[in-house]
Amino acid sequence: MSLLPLAIDLVLALTLLWLAWRALNSPDLFRAVVLFIALGLVLGLVWVRLDAVDIALAEIALGAGVTGALLLAALAKLQPAASQTDELQTAELQTAELQTDQAAVMAPIALRLFIALLLLAFLAGLGFAVWQLWVPAPGLSNLVEARLDESGVAYPVTAVLLNFRGYDTLLELAVLLLALIGVWSLSTAPHLGDEEPEPALAALSRLLAPLMILVAAYLVWVGAYAPGGAFQAGSVLGAAGVLLRLSGWRLSLSATGWPLRLVLVLGVAVFAFIGLAVIGFDQPLLGYPPGWAKPAILAIELAATLSIGAILAALFIGGRP
Amino acid sequence: MSSVLVFALAGLGLIGLGLYGLLVQRHLLRKVLAFNVISSGIFLLLAGLARRAPGAEPDPVPQAMVLTGIVVAVAATALALAMMLALRSATGRTRLEDHGDED
Repeated sequence: MSLLPLAIDLVLALTLLWLAWRALNSPDLFRAVVLFIALGLVLGLVWVRLDAVDIALAEIALGAGVTGALLLAALAKLQPAASQTDELQTAELQTAELQTDQAAVMAPIALRLFIALLLLAFLAGLGFAVWQLWVPAPGLSNLVEARLDESGVAYPVTAVLLNFRGYDTLLELAVLLLALIGVWSLSTAPHLGDEEPEPALAALSRLLAPLMILVAAYLVWVGAYAPGGAFQAGSVLGAAGVLLRLSGWRLSLSATGWPLRLVLVLGVAVFAFIGLAVIGFDQPLLGYPPGWAKPAILAIELAATLSIGAILAALFIGGRP
Repeated sequence: MSSVLVFALAGLGLIGLGLYGLLVQRHLLRKVLAFNVISSGIFLLLAGLARRAPGAEPDPVPQAMVLTGIVVAVAATALALAMMLALRSATGRTRLEDHGDED
């Protein structure tokens, strides 16, 4: 009986490795990206098998969804649409590119073998270290369990994210914002034509977008006592933004100025403000006063969800408006 | 051999495959893919090591760290892709200059 789950897990693990190998070595870039998205989805299943439902949600929404959309958008910008240029010229370009690709797509074979051998030695060492570490250890679960009542939420992962390890989450929001500042300083948003989206996409996005916003609201609320929370909700919001953008919806010009920037920094601003304000109540930085943890976490999570969603959608659009 | 160990070893394998791709492939988009495969491998290894005790509740701290890591990886990917596109529009190339080659 107990062999069946192990067999399923072995198949999942081998699928992961096979997909990773194919994604990294397939000659066609588009195929490589699609295989990478498939890798993210299988990884989501693996997280469920490891009882990490939060990570599974984030992996599928972010690792497979948003990263996949980012990669496909970048690929589309790399390969100009063949229909718009002269066909003969495109063919010539493609052959030329293919030839240089063949010559320079990878390092020479001797170097590749050398790298592979070095990496095998490295992996053997790492594997040995993991094997040595493989003795049951309680980790920090007991500590989290003992202090959960004071944290303001009933779900340990949310408690760690927004209370016990608040620093990490605050800095993570800052990293997201920094990445967006980097992207914005590199380019301006491409001007989009006024072409009508395909009818199926338009109809589907009208159905899906409100549902996704509803799911995001549910996820952020349920995060207090079950898998969910600001990051999962934010990624669903971001995905809704990507979908709306693809179906031709855009912010009105008056909203792309300071209102958009306000939403983008709201998460960091609210988190940092609450984290600093508690010092006035004789608490350490980011330490919530007793009894105030729940409302503080809720306010931070709501602001963070909005910001994460807006930042992810802005990263996908890729450029200063 | 437990399922958790299987996934931890798969994480090791992903780290190895990703490092190999990062070093061997020249196209920058492929390097970004490889970097993402490495990060997935590290997350699996971290979450696997956190579940060594059989049958116990999963440790929430590594889970929260992996969640943080996934979000940071997405942000880094977006920045890397934007830099790749900027390089392409500035120089027309999608790979970094290699001074060791004679081409």
